[in-house]
Amino acid sequence: MTALLKIEALGVRRGARDVLRALSLSVQRGEIVALMGASGAGKTTALRAVAALQSFDAGRIEVDGFALGPGPLPTQAQLGTLRRRVGLVFQAHALFEHLSARDNVTLALRHVLGKTDAEARSVAERLLGSLEVGARADALPRQLSGGEAQRVAIARALALDPPLLLLDEPTAALDPERRESLGRVLRGLVKDAGRGLLVATHDEAFARAHTDRVVKL
Amino acid sequence: MKILFLLLIAMQGPVLRWGGDAEGGAPFVEADPADVSRVRGFDVEVAETIARGLGRRAQFVQVQWSSIDQSVERGDFAIGMSGMEDTPARRARHAVTVPYFEFREVLAVRPADAGRWHRLRDLKGRRVATLGATMAYDLLLAAKDSFGIIPVSYDDDVHPYSDLMTGRVDAVLLDHIIAKRRSSLHFVIEPQAIATGHYVAVLAQADSARRDSVNAVLITAMRDGTLEQIYRRWDVWDPAQGELFRRVQDEVVGAQHAAPLQGIAPLQGVSVWAYLPSLARAAVITLLLSFLSMGIAVVVGLALASARVYGRAPLRILATVYVEVVRGTPLLLQLFVIYYGLVGVVRLPAFLAAILALALNYAAYEAEIYRGALEAVAPAQLEAARTLGFSEAQILKLIRGPQAFRYALAPMTNDFVALLKDSSLVSVITVVELTKQTAIYATNLGSWIVPGLLCAAVYLAMSLPLARLARRFERRWSVA
Repeated sequence: MTALLKIEALGVRRGARDVLRALSLSVQRGEIVALMGASGAGKTTALRAVAALQSFDAGRIEVDGFALGPGPLPTQAQLGTLRRRVGLVFQAHALFEHLSARDNVTLALRHVLGKTDAEARSVAERLLGSLEVGARADALPRQLSGGEAQRVAIARALALDPPLLLLDEPTAALDPERRESLGRVLRGLVKDAGRGLLVATHDEAFARAHTDRVVKL
Repeated sequence: MKILFLLLIAMQGPVLRWGGDAEGGAPFVEADPADVSRVRGFDVEVAETIARGLGRRAQFVQVQWSSIDQSVERGDFAIGMSGMEDTPARRARHAVTVPYFEFREVLAVRPADAGRWHRLRDLKGRRVATLGATMAYDLLLAAKDSFGIIPVSYDDDVHPYSDLMTGRVDAVLLDHIIAKRRSSLHFVIEPQAIATGHYVAVLAQADSARRDSVNAVLITAMRDGTLEQIYRRWDVWDPAQGELFRRVQDEVVGAQHAAPLQGIAPLQGVSVWAYLPSLARAAVITLLLSFLSMGIAVVVGLALASARVYGRAPLRILATVYVEVVRGTPLLLQLFVIYYGLVGVVRLPAFLAAILALALNYAAYEAEIYRGALEAVAPAQLEAARTLGFSEAQILKLIRGPQAFRYALAPMTNDFVALLKDSSLVSVITVVELTKQTAIYATNLGSWIVPGLLCAAVYLAMSLPLARLARRFERRWSVA
């Protein structure tokens, strides 16, 4: 079976220091993989490289047939296909502060995919509802709790329906109860749509309980 | 050492503090080229003569010419001199000495226009320059109504003549000794005087006893030839002075003031109501200046901020140099450079030069506000947008721009309030806006109380709503 994400011998240097050295992993459709490591081990760097937010110095990344190589990043126009195939949920959520939860989700639908307002709104409300934050659709990011903001950020990352979802430290600010709830949500995302998830975390208990495989850095 | 210094001062005897404006220059009062800490000029020597006559040592106090009346009244010095004109308003509000010099208001024109315009009535539709808040300015204001000339007011007596030669104005009306001093510019002085007037020394109203003593000293100096010697030394003596001295000694001139020669009466009967329309007009000028300047400043500021945030290195450096040079030099200097400095390249009308100077100055400050606002939007949001497939232009338009605009709105509004007040500086390049009009009004009235209050009320009426708006913006978006 062809892997949804294939990372081969990924290396990132910052000056004389190796931030990542020879990382290899793969993620299949329907699979949740945990990328574990201590703080500073390069988990976030790996996710950023897969999302083409940062260049790398060695190795190869392939996302659903779209290949990235070492050297300067391709232009945003050249990355169009990749952007549809990878969603990234930032650790600090990075929601657009001036927009409501609903508009955070609809913005890319309207301006990148060219959907009508009504279509975009319908998708946003379905996504927010499935993530149990439908009631908070009109709230601004500053009015949301940490857990709510995270779910809105997941909904936004799923707006373009990417097969691969990357999550950076999703449990960092969650209490045990919300961690369990998040685990159920992630499992649902994989099961329903056949997606693959790569979760960077240092939370071993979460990784063991809610992911299929653990890759240690 | 300090005690020794104080002893030396005490040994020099009592002083008579007199105020004048060395910026006015020769032959009145100017910094002595041999020792710039000292002043020289015929007014300086007249002041020294007065001090000697009163058994004192003259001590010069520098004061802006237009503030001499107010300063003498508040006790900054005992006597104000520097070509102070004898006017009814001044006589009504201060203790004024006998006239000690007679001047003629003369028209200066370009050589090509020599003999074409002899009188103010010949200058219909023409721009005639003079020093603001003077008898000559009052004459021009009266001639504006009577003959349709366009008065142009300056803050100094140098630029009217340089602007005459560059064609910005068509004629200059000023005192004959000022015209003579600037004759190196090769303009032509029309031989026929427009009016005559007198210079006097000004003392505080309550100081009439000292004024009488000063009068006695002046009359003695007229009689014994001291004043004539001074005037000859400064090349300002003419037969009219001898005639004036005779009239003063015969007590003929005591309460006389400027004598118009051509049936043009200087403005009189100054009241609050008479000035309200001109204040309202000046307020409109201030508003126009401020809105137009701010509009341009916003556009240029946005371009500069974009260059600094998004531009390549050379563009970034250029924008940074512009911002630092403009912020690091005074607006007043920029006004002079744009209006007078560029005259060889482009001869900008005063109002346009004022708008440009204010706009280009404030653009630098706006650019910094916008740059700060753009950089205040969390980089993670921009990256999140990139992962969603937005182009950089879309990110600016949909995500970064709207948030930066909210951050910038309150400081921008505050800047506009500041610009509204800074617009008063443009009076130095002949634009009569609210503050300048108030100064003219105050000088004619001899008091700053009513004009000052009126002017402050108009500024507040314009700026308070804006300040309130800025506070609302701050409250609304401060949490974001």
